[in-house]
Order: sequence, then structure tokens, then C-alpha cells
Amino acid sequence: MGFNLWRQFTLVLTAVVIGVPLLVICWSVLQLLGGGDTSTLTHLWATVVPEYIRNSVLLLLGVAAGVISIGVSTAWLTTACRFPGQRFLSWALLLPLAMPAYITAYTYTGMLDFAGPVQSTLRDWFGWGYGDYWFPQVRSLSGAILVLSLVLFPYVYLITRATFIQQSATTLEAGRSLGLNPWQCFLRLALPLARPAIVTGTTLALMETLADYGTVQYFGVTTFTTGIFRTWYGLGDLQGALQLAGMLLVAVILLIFIERWSRSQARYDQRSNRPAPPFQLTGWKAIAASIACWLPLVFGFLLPALQLASWSLERREVWADSAFWQLTFNSFGLAVLAAVLVVIMALWLAYGRRQLPTRIVRTSVAFAGLGYAIPGLVIAVGLMVFLTTLDHGIIALSKAWFDYNPGLLLSGTLFALLFAYSVRFLSVSLQTINAGLGEIRPSMDEAARIQGYSPLQVLRKIHLPLLRPSVLTALILVGVDVLKELPATLVLRPFDFNTLAVRAYEMAGDERLPDAGPPALMMVLVGLIPVILLSRAMLKSQQSALKEQEFVPVTA
Amino acid sequence: MSSTMLRKLFTLTAIAAGLTATVAQAATVNLYSARKEALIKPVLEKFTAETGIEVRLLTGGGDALLARLQNEAANTPADLFLTVDAGNLHRAAEAGVFQPLTSAAALAAVPDHLHGTDNLWVGLSLRARPIFYAADRVDPSQLSGYEDLAKPQWNNKVCIRSSDNIYNQSLTAALIEHWGEEKTEAWAKGLVANLAKPPVGGDRDQLKAAAAGVCDLAVANTYYFGLMQTGDDAEQREAASKLKIFWPNKDEFGTHVNVSGIGLTKHAKNKAEAEQLIEFLLSAESQAWYAATNNEYPAVEGVEWSETLQAWGEFKADDLSMTFLGENNAAAVKLMNRAGWR
Repeated sequence: MGFNLWRQFTLVLTAVVIGVPLLVICWSVLQLLGGGDTSTLTHLWATVVPEYIRNSVLLLLGVAAGVISIGVSTAWLTTACRFPGQRFLSWALLLPLAMPAYITAYTYTGMLDFAGPVQSTLRDWFGWGYGDYWFPQVRSLSGAILVLSLVLFPYVYLITRATFIQQSATTLEAGRSLGLNPWQCFLRLALPLARPAIVTGTTLALMETLADYGTVQYFGVTTFTTGIFRTWYGLGDLQGALQLAGMLLVAVILLIFIERWSRSQARYDQRSNRPAPPFQLTGWKAIAASIACWLPLVFGFLLPALQLASWSLERREVWADSAFWQLTFNSFGLAVLAAVLVVIMALWLAYGRRQLPTRIVRTSVAFAGLGYAIPGLVIAVGLMVFLTTLDHGIIALSKAWFDYNPGLLLSGTLFALLFAYSVRFLSVSLQTINAGLGEIRPSMDEAARIQGYSPLQVLRKIHLPLLRPSVLTALILVGVDVLKELPATLVLRPFDFNTLAVRAYEMAGDERLPDAGPPALMMVLVGLIPVILLSRAMLKSQQSALKEQEFVPVTA
Repeated sequence: MSSTMLRKLFTLTAIAAGLTATVAQAATVNLYSARKEALIKPVLEKFTAETGIEVRLLTGGGDALLARLQNEAANTPADLFLTVDAGNLHRAAEAGVFQPLTSAAALAAVPDHLHGTDNLWVGLSLRARPIFYAADRVDPSQLSGYEDLAKPQWNNKVCIRSSDNIYNQSLTAALIEHWGEEKTEAWAKGLVANLAKPPVGGDRDQLKAAAAGVCDLAVANTYYFGLMQTGDDAEQREAASKLKIFWPNKDEFGTHVNVSGIGLTKHAKNKAEAEQLIEFLLSAESQAWYAATNNEYPAVEGVEWSETLQAWGEFKADDLSMTFLGENNAAAVKLMNRAGWR
């Protein structure tokens, strides 16, 4: 009991420490209620906030529609059907994950803007001038929806696909024996059964959308997030900005409630080791399926990557620069370090929640996971306030005791960066690991314990093998996210420490897109390694599931 | 348990990293810079080569660096803070992160209107924000100044970027000082009504749009035009060739200009070295490089302009004290919010 109490305490403590930047935001909102300065907020409400809300809501709805339609359809086609290229596509569809949204935005602007090659060529061919023809405006709300959907759909794809793979053959076979065609099987059986997974994937994508600053800012779409920065930069009002961030936090909590609610509405347990036999597609159906899967790959990855490659060729001298390789090393090292750290923390919290599901533990763990939807810069500011306060304390103590000034130990070092990544990305790994843990039914633990296994043996023989895919997924998702992370890195990094994302941003911010090419391409290349690893792991798990068909299924 | 242990481990490494970082090297200056690495590092390296003083650099957004400075307070490692735009410099001065400069050489080198209040900072370079016009469609005799941007005759013919951008905020802040708030707000509304396209993209995008025929007039900072003219992208060079600069309001306050500037932090630990670096940045040679590398105008008078700048010709620059731009910034943003300038 004493151990449990202690463990509960440390769990809550971990969650609270992770949630510190969010608490700073809550604090500034509370100050507002306590009669703080509301003049900025009043002005914003009267002028721009309605537009922020409108744009943010439209953006969320659009991205939700985009990621669900692309993610679910490709996931179903690559799991349930067989057509030429299906095996390649089933892992290649994860590649857009390696593409930072703002980089994709730069490349499409470069290609499709009025002065870009596409429109210029059209004008040359047809002898058009400005106003003679209609061409969609890339930098617009719909442009932002498209770009974000193309980059974020792999979240839905990844999680939904895992569910489709696990869907019981019997259910689908029953459907087929009742005369349903593949399309009806999908609509009436697979889709409703996969709803919790789709909602989880979509929530991740939407949280990422809410936190996005780079894309919407570049496209001139005024959302809540751009509003936060405008308030800070333009009005010089950090408090007002944090108050807006607090409103964003409320929206996120709402989003999460919707997700929880939708999951609690539907709890299906129909896992089996025997996957359904795939549908063989032939003729025009195979071609259509193939095209449907190639389109998001081409537009979400291949085209932007080609554009980056062509810019990089213009700047090929950079590749011989040792400083450039230092950046690559920094980015990669940081990603690996942060991924390991965040996943360990997520495991600790997820197990704590599973084994000690008290209200306080559940609430604090949920709170710690909110950071994903908060713009990195806001987290960075909250963290900076907290860490520098700690630092001042340490320095004062050190001076009093040892007459020595150690300088800023926490806020000016890599520690601050790793802390920020933990806050921001804990949710990604927590959700993935929770999903994995959910698959291990408590009855399995109990059965093993009755058989005389010690708790450690249960962990090693049952949990470890079953959790491995989710841990791997979590590591990779966090690693790739850290690699792409920009705003928090920019604010919290130490002296003379740069990453690929920082370099790409500095160049692109100065409208030197070709100069942004090499670091952006490198970021994508480094991000590809983990994404390909993930894809292979997924493929393997599918193959091994297929092989198990020959065995009599054993249930615990 | 593992995570708390890990946290301890990280604390230890952080301390170790901190220790190695703070064990003072012989002579160092620590610089927080809102100017990008590529536009400052070469001149810092030159300083180190000439003086033996190491310069440690941290780049970032001006506001974020300022927030960091404020939070680090007395324990900040930064000796100098370099930022672009008068609005940002003013905000830093107001926040109390600077101390007055004492170097007589540095203060004498820069004209008075480019000094912060109480000499809390000095300007390093100037950028102008004139009006560009499509040479084949616009007769410059039709133009007089910024007020044209709001006149009905240019309906659907004006390109300018978002009001999120500090350049537009500073321009509006300057106009508030010259025209008063009421007239400026009417101007902003007229400008918004005249926009040929939504105010998206950067300055260079506005110039490209004007060259391509989307609009006839575009507002942009001169150095973007310079980058287009001298860059290695043939299309951009061609676009730039279709545009000409109009220096507005030459009989009144002149063309709106803005600064990049530097100040000594209140808690600087390496004050002497830091001021030495400022003096170095104001030397004729550094000024020429610093300005030319970003197509800006040197802050020190008498330093020769780059060829690109000389080709644009002389103009009357607004010599409004830079502090006004900072003071009026918040009012400008609110005004633009009301005018519907996105």
C-alpha cells in the first residue's frame, strides 16, 4: 500500500511537471478571472477573434474530412484488397509523415504561385496574362487544408490500418457469405468497427492542426494560433497571448472529450489472430485502387521531395560544408534522445494509469497529454518562465553556499529542449502506448498469474512482445516530430546550437527558398529512416499474422 | 521509478553541460541576435580573428529572444542584443533589458535619430520601405506618396503583405505620428479596399505579383528588391527589371525607413568586450559589409553604399525618431485590426 501511494504520488508529480507550461497558461487565464487586465482581450474579441474562430473551425473541419477520407480509404485498400503495387504502397503511404507541413507549404507555393513554373508555363502556352484565366490561389484556407491533410493523413492511415489488420475474419466472412461485396463490407462492417481508431488518428491530426503555425502563417490564414503570435509580437502583450492560448486549451480539452466519448460509445472486442482473406482486385478496379493510393503519395511526398531535391541541386556546394553535417548530427541526436525519453515517460504513465486507475492519476495523466495541441512556441514560453525561475533559485543557493555562480543550468541548455519536447509530444506516445496496452486484456495478466508467473515474468513474456509494435511506433512518431519541430527549438536552444529545421526556417523566412532546400531535404531524408523502419515493422506484423492462420488460434 | 532516475541523470548532464559552458574562456562576448546567422556570422568571425575575442551566437525571433532575456534577468549570459525593427528595439528598451552605451566612439558614429532613448541602443543599418510600380503601366507623375495607396484611382491595383508583419506595423506607426490616428485609419481602410489580392506572402511575393501584372503598385522593403535584382534566379531578375522604385512623400516627411540595432544588456558580464564589438560593427569596413550583404543602407554616414543601392539613387529618408515607431506599434496593430487589414 505504501508503495502504491508513493507510486501514485510520483505519477501525479511526473504529470504535473510535464504539465507545467500548461499550468502557466492556466494561471494567466485565472488572473483574467481575478480582475486582471482584459483590455487587450476585449479589443481582440471586438475585432479579430470571430474570424480566428471561424477560420480555425473551418480548417479543423476541412482537415478532418481530408485526413479521414484519404487515411481510411488507403488503409482499407492496402489491407483488405490486393492490387498491383499494394505491398509497396502499404509502407510508402507513411512517407508524408517525414515531410514537415511548412516545408510542403513552401514547395507548393514555389510550384503553384502566380510566378511559379506551373502558371508561367500555362501563360506561355496559351499566351495568357493576369486575369485571363482562373487558377486556384495556393495561399488560402483551402490551400492550408489540402497541405495539412496531405501531411497529416498518415496518422489516420497508421492507426486505422492496424485496426483493419486485426479485424476478425469471421465478421467479414459472415458479411461476405451474406452477399456483401467488398465495398459493402467496408461501409457496413469494417468502417463502423474501426471508428475508435479513426477518431484517435483524426484527433492527433487535428491537435497538430491547431498547433500549426508555420503553414497557416505562410498561407496568410488567420487562425487562433497566428492570433496568439500577433498579440504577442504586434501588441507586445505576452499576457494577452497566453490568455488566447488558454482559450485554445479549452478547445483542445473539448476535442479530447469528444474523442473519449466516441470511444466509450463503441467498445468492440473482436480481435482474432486470423485476418480476413483479402479481396483480389482486377481490371479497372485494380487500376482505380492503385490510383487512389498513389495520389496522396505523389502529392504528399514525391512532388514536394522532388522540388526540394531540385533546390538542393542549385545549392549543391552546401553538401560539402562540415557545419551542415553538424546540423544533421544535432537534429538526429536530439530526435533519438527525445524519443527515448518521451517513450519511457509514456510507459511509466500508461502503466501507472492501468494499474492505479484512481481519479487523480487519470486526470493528471490526461492533463499531461494536452501539450500536443498547444503551439510549440507557447509551450516554450511557459517552460522558459518556469525553468528560469528554478535557475534563479539554484544560482542564489549556490552563491550562498559555495560562493559560486553556476549560470543557467536548466533554461539555457539542452535540458530545456528535451523538456519542451516531452511536453509537446508526450501525447503522441501516450496514445500509441495506451492503444497497445488496451489490446492486452487484464484477463491475460490474471490467467498468467494463475499459471504461477511472477509479475516480472508477465511483463517479459506477455507485455513486452505484445507492446513492442506500439513502443516502436511511439518512438518513431516522436522522433520524427522532434526532427520537424521548430518554434520551441528556436526559442530554447543554447548558444551556437542549430538544427536542420532552424536553418531551413531562417532561409525560408528570408524568402530564400532554394537555400532552404538542402536542410529541408536532409530533414526529410533523416526522417525517412525511422518512417521506413516503422513501415517494415508494420508489414512484418501483418505477414506474421497471416502465417499464424495455419495454427489453431490460442486465446488467453 | 525509471523516469525519475532518468530525470536525475538528465539534471546531472544538464549541470555538466552548464558547467562546461560557463567555465569562462579567455575573452568572450555572448550575442543574442534576431538577425539571421548567415547575415551576421561572417562579420563576427572577422572580429574574433582581429581581436581574439570569441563571440557566442544565439539567433531567434526578436520577441522570443527578448522574452528569454527578460526571464533570465540578472543571470542572463547575453551581453548584447541585436534586433531588427525599431518596434522591437523600443520594446526591449521599455522592458528594461538594456543599459546605456558608454562608448563615445560608437555613439558619435551614428546620427542622433538612430539612437534609442538614453542611448540604450544604436542603429546598425537602415532599410527603406518605398512604393514599387510596374514601369510599363504606371506613370510615376501620377504618384505622390503613401496616401496614393488608398486613393480610388488605384482600386484593385495595390499589393502589400499582411499586417502581421512588423514592417507594415512600423510603417503605420510612422504614419500615425505624421497624420494622426484618424487619418491613418481612413488610409488603412482605403488601402484594404484597393488590394488586388489578399495580403498573403512576403515582400518579395508582392513584388513578383506586381511584375506579373496582378497589381500596379507594391509596397516592399528595398533589400528584397535588391535580392531579386542580384539573385541567381533568372525569373526573379526578370521580374525585378519590370519594376521601378518610387520614393514617396519627398516634399514632406520622406520615405519610411527602419533600423536594425544593437544594445548592451543591463546585466552584461563582458561589458568592455561587448562595446568593443559594437564599435567594430560600426567601423567603415564592417558597415559596408553588414549593409551590403543584406542590401541595406549603412547607419554610419559617409560609408559608401553598395552598387545596387547607388543605382536606386538618393532619396529623402524619414528622420522621425525611431522611438515613435515603437511607441505607436500597439496602436498601429489595433488600428489595422479595425481596418480589416489581415
